[in-house]
Amino acid sequence: MITIFEKSKGGVSAIEILKLDVPDTGRIPKELERDFLELPEVSEIEVIRHYIQLSRRNFGVDLGFYPLGSCTMKYSPKINEEIANFEGFSGLHPYVPLSFSQGSLKLMYGLSSFLKEISGMDAVSLQPAAGAHGELTGIMIMKVYFEKKQEKRTKIMIPDSAHGTNPATVTMCGFTCMQVKSSSKGSLDIDDLKAKIDSDTVGLMLTNPNTLGIFDENILEIIKIVHDNGSLVYCDGANLNANMGIVRVGDLGFDMIHFNLHKTFSTPHGCGGPGSGPLGVKEYLAEFLPNPTIIEEKNGGRESYKLDYSKNSIGKVKAFYGNFTVLVKAYAYIMGLGAEGIKNAAENAVLNANYMMSKLKKHYNLPYDRICQHEFVIDDSRMENNVTTNDIAKRLLDYGFHAPTVYFPLIVKGAMMIEPTETESKETLDRFCDVMIKIKEESKTDQDKVKNAPWKMPVKRVDAVKAARELDVVFNK
Amino acid sequence: MENPKELKYTKEHEWVKVEEDNVVIGVTDFAQHLLTDIVFVELPEMGKEIEQGKPFMVIESVKSVSDVYASVSGKISKVNEDLQDNSGLVNDDPFGRGWLVKVKIKDAKEIDKLMSAEEYEKFCKEEENK
Repeated sequence: MITIFEKSKGGVSAIEILKLDVPDTGRIPKELERDFLELPEVSEIEVIRHYIQLSRRNFGVDLGFYPLGSCTMKYSPKINEEIANFEGFSGLHPYVPLSFSQGSLKLMYGLSSFLKEISGMDAVSLQPAAGAHGELTGIMIMKVYFEKKQEKRTKIMIPDSAHGTNPATVTMCGFTCMQVKSSSKGSLDIDDLKAKIDSDTVGLMLTNPNTLGIFDENILEIIKIVHDNGSLVYCDGANLNANMGIVRVGDLGFDMIHFNLHKTFSTPHGCGGPGSGPLGVKEYLAEFLPNPTIIEEKNGGRESYKLDYSKNSIGKVKAFYGNFTVLVKAYAYIMGLGAEGIKNAAENAVLNANYMMSKLKKHYNLPYDRICQHEFVIDDSRMENNVTTNDIAKRLLDYGFHAPTVYFPLIVKGAMMIEPTETESKETLDRFCDVMIKIKEESKTDQDKVKNAPWKMPVKRVDAVKAARELDVVFNK
Repeated sequence: MENPKELKYTKEHEWVKVEEDNVVIGVTDFAQHLLTDIVFVELPEMGKEIEQGKPFMVIESVKSVSDVYASVSGKISKVNEDLQDNSGLVNDDPFGRGWLVKVKIKDAKEIDKLMSAEEYEKFCKEEENK
């Protein structure tokens, strides 16, 4: 593809820059003045064509099936975008006096209440801007919790199936990670947990269901072991789409959870932001939440909303109130679905995943063969002619599907992690499974077709070794 | 590729060669196969103190970014500068020109804890069957 810089032709411009018609005060230092900028010189229609062509090479859930495991690439209803664009929301300045922004404060208070109801937590901060940011906020709270108790602890336990953000968060907070093994059934190895937990353990970070799509059947025992040790349990809420409205992590005993509003609650995931990762905590941790939180007051039957500041707060983690329009979409989505609808969404996400898993396991190896939640993991060990997961992923693109998450979780060699979500029809799931089965056939009869895929994409098979060893990221005309 | 008999090995797939009070450390052929094409080696600073069993440098391949664990405790006395321009040496010649660092060892007894070539081969077989 030709870049916009290569299309540049001297003397052509899409805009007319007006002559300076006010006195030049000479306040810009001479040494900072430039008479030439390396900007493309193209006509308006060239600019339009260039970017429309680029956008047509993009792929998103609005174009096709996107079964990227652990990412919940579900369809986000457009009506929620429309609501977030209401002028009263999108045009609201964060410095507007509270008396003029009561409606928006009410929305945020209401969303916090919904999230508490869904998770079984007692208090919520809407500030964190993404899942990993919610994790960071949570682990910082663990830190001050133990500081206040004057206990010095340094280690956080993380399963070997965890999302990579978990150990990153732990390291950012100055703790060290201790890896806990998975059992042969794909859940946490309780013996390993018991062997490794000690008085130095701050807590455990756990995703449930985990990245294999397995709900840990020993969750109550696990949480008890951790609590008996005086440690805390963090729930990575990335996989909440599997059990919202069905299981409340707070009831299971978790001390805190973050919510990925930008995947579970109607903001497209992976669009480059903004995201939103609110954190919910139990009562005994509420005083540490970022400032401010929103409270409701009732005066003679009339509610009003105020900001509340806690003196033990870890401080602000994001300017103002977090990514507000994402909060609006989440609120609209939850209101639209209602309690039953939320539960139905989770049930259908799980049903869809199990349907695909049972179809694909006849053809692909399923290392943990048991009923899954919202996602499942297959691998390439039954492929012939050394066809790998990478080859399958590339070939899927030729058939108009986005590839699943590949080579993750790390505990499965050649993993393909598939998450269909609740918003796909049976026909789409069938088409995807048929293509997967066809690719397996192709790899027996016509292996080069798979090994050199993709054929139909604007970018063909990339030489990853050459690209990394001869790194060239600067455009030179 | 055979694992040279005169070297010692670790469970993290590093080899150690003793040269008086210095040791040379590299990764094994088994490791470079698992890593696939190596594209970047982040060498430690000269003089850095390292501790047996703790990560001290990073190897990046097309597939993954992996820690390299210290086979012995001590101080980095030399690093293989050639890897900066040609990290593929680790793939092409893991026991030779693809060596990583030299370490001035603190406690020679640590070397006794490492595996022989024979023990290491057995260990790799078990890993493969896992």
